Amino acid sequence: MGHRVAIVGVGQTHHRAKRPDVNMAEMVGEAVRAALADAQLRAKNVEAVFCGNMETFEGVYLPDHGMADEIGAFMRPGMKLASAGTTGSAVFAEAFNFVAAGLFRTALAIGFQKHDVGSAQAALATTVTPIWGRGASSGAIAEFAQQAQIYMRQSGAKEEHAAMVRLKADRGACRNPYAHLRLGLKSVDEVLKSGYLVWPIRLLDFCPQSCGATAAVIAVEEEAKKITRKPVWIADVVTVHQEPFRASSFGDPTGRETYSQDVAAERLYKRNGITDPRKDIDCAEVYEPSNWEEMMLYEHFHFCEKHKGWQLIEKGITEIEGEFPVNASGGVLATNPIGASPMNRIVETALQVRGDAGEHQVTRDVKTAVASALGSSNWTMLTLLKRSL
Amino acid sequence: MAERVGIVAVAQTKYHPNRADVNEGELAWEVIKQVLQETGLTFCDDGNGIDSAVTCSEDFWDGRTATNNNVMSYVGAHLGVENKVTEDGINAIYCAMAQILSGHHDTVLVVCHMKESQADKSLVENAAMDAIFMRLLGMNFLTAAALQAKRLMYKYGVTVEQCAKVAVKNRRNAKNNPFAQEPMDITVEDVLSSRLLASPIRLLDTKPISDGACAMILTREEKARKLTAKPVWILGAANCYETHYLGDRDLAECDALVLAAKRAYSMAGVTNPLKELDVAEICEEHSYQELLWMEGLGFCGRGEAGRLIDAGVTQMGGQLPVNPSGGMLAGNPNHVGGMARVAEAVLQLRGEAGDRQVAGAKVALAHGVTGICGQHQCVMILGNK
Repeated sequence: MGHRVAIVGVGQTHHRAKRPDVNMAEMVGEAVRAALADAQLRAKNVEAVFCGNMETFEGVYLPDHGMADEIGAFMRPGMKLASAGTTGSAVFAEAFNFVAAGLFRTALAIGFQKHDVGSAQAALATTVTPIWGRGASSGAIAEFAQQAQIYMRQSGAKEEHAAMVRLKADRGACRNPYAHLRLGLKSVDEVLKSGYLVWPIRLLDFCPQSCGATAAVIAVEEEAKKITRKPVWIADVVTVHQEPFRASSFGDPTGRETYSQDVAAERLYKRNGITDPRKDIDCAEVYEPSNWEEMMLYEHFHFCEKHKGWQLIEKGITEIEGEFPVNASGGVLATNPIGASPMNRIVETALQVRGDAGEHQVTRDVKTAVASALGSSNWTMLTLLKRSL
Repeated sequence: MAERVGIVAVAQTKYHPNRADVNEGELAWEVIKQVLQETGLTFCDDGNGIDSAVTCSEDFWDGRTATNNNVMSYVGAHLGVENKVTEDGINAIYCAMAQILSGHHDTVLVVCHMKESQADKSLVENAAMDAIFMRLLGMNFLTAAALQAKRLMYKYGVTVEQCAKVAVKNRRNAKNNPFAQEPMDITVEDVLSSRLLASPIRLLDTKPISDGACAMILTREEKARKLTAKPVWILGAANCYETHYLGDRDLAECDALVLAAKRAYSMAGVTNPLKELDVAEICEEHSYQELLWMEGLGFCGRGEAGRLIDAGVTQMGGQLPVNPSGGMLAGNPNHVGGMARVAEAVLQLRGEAGDRQVAGAKVALAHGVTGICGQHQCVMILGNK
């Protein structure tokens, strides 16, 4: 079996809609330096560098090459990975594999996206097959609207519940100095006043496009214990893809579709002896591009029964002070640099496990936490972190 | 390494200038099908089948965001595991090796596809350039390579004839390779009179536009022995980044390759590569690169590779045959190039390389390169003992 591996340092940029003050390399460098500073390491102490983004968004081929110096990859091993929306998590998973394999003692995992250059929705429209899908392609919003419509019908959730998810996300974001959208929303009505993009998705029901980068330093057990008093152990990573040719990979009116989230959760829980997720796990950071997706993820990840996700938000169970906090950071709804978004989930859960999340530290004592990623035609990755193994 | 990783099956398409008859997924399936049939494996995570896939392709070349979508249905990733590497495909093999050594996966399918015919090579490569200092110059990897070739000739006295000899050797070797796109009987004069693309690089000094795919299956030592009578072991592997800016580099040097080779040799216990290696497959998009990379790989001292090609050391029957397959010059797509080198090394070590077989090959080197003037280098040492 592989070596035990822990996160020993994390760093992220202050996320914004636009970062005209820096180029992509400089922006990513900010996160790398922050992670190194957090681990109290120099770039030379890190043996390998793994990074990832969705390169068509910025229109830069081999973006890792252009920024090799700034990310500490000069004369270092490493590589770039890309796996659609799950990229940040995929990069982390492979860095974890290399260190667990004993090929490196320490490694940097970096996710980044600079949304103020290029056009993300135009690039996203090319995700689907050119023959069958592109004529109907519409970027992300319509996909999630379709899903939300089906969810409303099947679960009985109301638009008010979606609005409550945004309120929760905003409360978290306002306490998270790195978050992008910090709106200071006071009531459900404010959310319900925002205009529809595609029914039932309103402007405030959906994630923004953020510029940002996130990095994590990971190390093999022996090094990790030397580097930090608060290592966060990587217990497991699960990847599950879903077929792009299925008619309804995001929302299935027939109820016959097998979802990657269900399979991923089942695999993770089985392998790690988790029988009651809400008890065995102390907090979660889930990848929710829309308010509706968050409620659905509660169900997929067995945080509640099927079609009851909206009740969790209604009862405040997933609030920062709640019994089972989800997305205390404000989540993807507040901050969405796509290539970094899954890495943000991992880094935020790591901070919760360390007890270093500051103002958005959850009330519950976090010994075990899970971070999710979502990409392409409903692909899922789950990363399980623990205070001790 | 506590445990070894074995390659149990490899497959390549015949490389072709334009595979307009298939889409990317269909192209990849041609080779995936072969490795599945050869091993009898299917996709499952119960410990008896393929439980992970590492793919390699690039959005810019496929003209599609998240190119995993082109192949995920063919690699068993519906409700299964897949991840994509965007460097040369040899790094996907390295990644699969880490997945197995970590104990997180048992048996991994690696596949790399590329249809260069459907994109504008120059535009794609220009998009890799730094946007402020280099992109607006209209540079691509070819014009950058021309600078590197000039610098090599200026600093170490490498001649255009020596570079042409590489093109002649590799295209002639390709006549023995059924997968090769451009097997040719040419002379140094033919190369030197072919069309000038970017001085000093001529048409026959460079690789043709190519479509193709390559697949292989890697697994743990114990399983590899069960799956095949002729497993090939990864004895060492390493990669390394150079800086991006050409002005910050001495282009006649290849420090990243030197470092990657050093690490791979030390893992594999190779101390004198020229003596200990039986065959080498090197990514040479342009003829000068074979000479430069040979020096980086330590086959000879700096500035001495020209002498090696003059003396016939690297030809078939020489002390260390380099690119018996014909290399990239005989036609491989970008990103597939390095992975095809590993596939060829595996065939050599299994004694299945047909007319291009190096007799009794026991240890082989495969090399892959990504980016401008060899910015990202990967070296892999393979053996059959």
